[in-house]
Amino acid sequence: MAKEMHETPNLDELESGPWPSFVTGLKRLAKDKGYMVDLLGQLETSYKTRKGYWKGGTVSVFGYGGGVIPRFTELKDENGEPAFPEAAEFHTLRIMPPPGMHYNTDILRKFCDIWERHGSGLIALHGQSGDIMLQGCTTENVQKAWDEINVLGFDLGGAGPAVRTSMSCCGAARCEQSCYNEPEAHRVVINNFLDDIHRPALPYKFKFKFSGCPNDCMNSIQRADMAVIGTWRDNMQTDEALAKKWFAKHGMNELVNDVVARCPTKAIQLKEVKDVKAGDSISAVAVSDTHCLEIDNRDCVRCMHCINVMTGALAPGKDRGAAILVGGKRTLKIGDLMGTLIVPFMKLDTDEDREKLVELGKTMLDFFADNALEHERTGEMIERIGLVAFLEGIGLEVDPNMVSQPRTNPYVRMDGWDEEVAKINAKQNA
Amino acid sequence: MSQAQAATPRRPIECGVPDAKQYMHPTLVKNFGNWKYHDRPRPGVLHHVSHSGEEVWTVRAGTQRQMDVYTIRKLCDIADQFAEGHVRFTIRSNIEYIVADEKKVAPLIEALEKSGFPVGGTGNSITMVAHTQGWLHCDIPGTDASGVVKSMMDQLYEEFKREEMPNRVHISTSCCEINCGGQADIAVIIQHTKPPVINHDLVANVCERPAVVARCPVAAIRPALVNGKPSLEVDEKKCVCCGACFPPCPPMQINDPEHSKLAIWVGGKNANARGKPTFMKMVAAGLPNNPPRWPEVNEVVGRILHTYKADARPWERMADWIERIGWPRFFEKTGLPFTKYLIDDWRGARANLNASTHIRF
Repeated sequence: MAKEMHETPNLDELESGPWPSFVTGLKRLAKDKGYMVDLLGQLETSYKTRKGYWKGGTVSVFGYGGGVIPRFTELKDENGEPAFPEAAEFHTLRIMPPPGMHYNTDILRKFCDIWERHGSGLIALHGQSGDIMLQGCTTENVQKAWDEINVLGFDLGGAGPAVRTSMSCCGAARCEQSCYNEPEAHRVVINNFLDDIHRPALPYKFKFKFSGCPNDCMNSIQRADMAVIGTWRDNMQTDEALAKKWFAKHGMNELVNDVVARCPTKAIQLKEVKDVKAGDSISAVAVSDTHCLEIDNRDCVRCMHCINVMTGALAPGKDRGAAILVGGKRTLKIGDLMGTLIVPFMKLDTDEDREKLVELGKTMLDFFADNALEHERTGEMIERIGLVAFLEGIGLEVDPNMVSQPRTNPYVRMDGWDEEVAKINAKQNA
Repeated sequence: MSQAQAATPRRPIECGVPDAKQYMHPTLVKNFGNWKYHDRPRPGVLHHVSHSGEEVWTVRAGTQRQMDVYTIRKLCDIADQFAEGHVRFTIRSNIEYIVADEKKVAPLIEALEKSGFPVGGTGNSITMVAHTQGWLHCDIPGTDASGVVKSMMDQLYEEFKREEMPNRVHISTSCCEINCGGQADIAVIIQHTKPPVINHDLVANVCERPAVVARCPVAAIRPALVNGKPSLEVDEKKCVCCGACFPPCPPMQINDPEHSKLAIWVGGKNANARGKPTFMKMVAAGLPNNPPRWPEVNEVVGRILHTYKADARPWERMADWIERIGWPRFFEKTGLPFTKYLIDDWRGARANLNASTHIRF
């Protein structure tokens, strides 16, 4: 044992119970590291006093401005010296994960070895923005740890007023609901903004997130300044064998109550096989010899519910791509903002398609950098200037998909109406 | 100064996000973009079938997120011995082992559970809590994160391992009102109840005063001369105790061991499935910040989950369930008091009032 443990009666209570205990992990590290003995001492103090004791500061690696989260203790003794001196510095390195957070054991073991040598040995997989968080490092060792991690092919993530580390779902790697190549889109987009990640110089943070379908497993609509959410334009695909298998197992009650009745736009109907409509927008699949599901794809909003319930029997169409939403964020300071749809559909099949996504991101980020106030997120900026001003600023045409309904008040200057109508007519006739 | 520091530092290799394919299970690489459907043979296991006919089984297990290297190496040992050396992590810090051979599933589950990692978190279970850093690492936390989550998951352990809820349940915790834990079916978030206590000796040296004034959402902060020193003052009648001034100005101490309480929010949903995505709504507050196990918070969370489990229909998320039964019945069934503080008066508040005669009796 490196050093005698401090008494930790509060933390000790978090070692009981069936869920894996982070305290047990911290204590295991403390067997070899006085650093972690003192960390436990400070954490136990927080549990007693119900106060936090870390303050920020300035620590970075050579060549970058961000990516390290500095932490210096504020828990001092009567002489103004750190009460737990070995853990007086406890910085975090944020490392960008591979898209979908895939690893083999070899790379994870390398991370462990490096972090055991230079840091605390505590790793969070993963932080809320998706970073691999190497938690607990002295100022002196930050560069040493970073030098070894960087040559593994990993790079620091974002912090402060910068483009932030991104996340993408498992997507095409394992999910049949994937509507685009999420890992590739994630990687191409983020790797085009490395300067804005590593050298924070924006009004505030800017987050991209990538979800492969409207289930939005990355929670992008509520968190991302630019959310890329997969969807499709053509008719839903069906598989009769899987539909019949599902029905045989689940029966009519579940089909009616869990599938048909839960369709938000009533696009799906249960019909007798003989009554099923044919048509360009109809997807139909028999669930038995007598009954059939009929979906009018023009009414379907691609919510995913029926597909989630009857996986494989119903599936996204073949003409897949993504919708783009902007401005999602949580509370501070004006209240929660959901992302707003600004691009209903774009293809993301080829490098050329992904280049267009990068261009859209660049245009949006440039506009943000030029127009947002200090500490203002994209959603707050749009709230302040209006969606139309934002669209005009980034060169996108208005589309009725962007609203849940048209305006409900007359308070607007409309002397440009005829001109706008003429423009739309000219475009339609072109 | 050590030798390493004295030498010219290495310039970073600005390599960005690595290619995931080098770490992916080979069957995933081979069938990339070609998956046909999936099912769940048992809680904690996903079975995906490709159009090529190839299959993979994914075994999902809970972790403590904040992991020591010994835990990660243990997880790697299990991957090497019982799986095929490839893992991935979910957004909620669950680990997933991917195997192309069904026969490996049962021994893998046994190895994980024997080592203390519960297998579950799939489908209509209560999965791992998304959380923040808390006292362990954050510079502005009102409470801890890992400890709250540990105590919560101890209580919800069996529900993690089963698929018995009406639909999936996502929970988050956050140590300040910034809510890094995020929107969820149930969220536990610090709610301060007193204005910041200002250390006027430090403000002038530590804080950029105009920036702090600009941060306040209700314009309650103004520059002031206090005891002859330039400082800031707060109009305490206007202050909503959000804590936005604290990060840019640590001398405006918002955290209070007694008066920083915990609030509980329900009905956030990010999926577009069925209804559009929803924000969560505050339904309880004033709960004490009570380490090491926060029993009062866990009691309310448990009560809401128990009511939801008993009352919601299949596939209803928390938000869908409440939309069907209505808010009066939600408060009645959970026994939570509906107070005047739960009526919104922030911008856009009228959209949250009942502008109809839709009333359930």
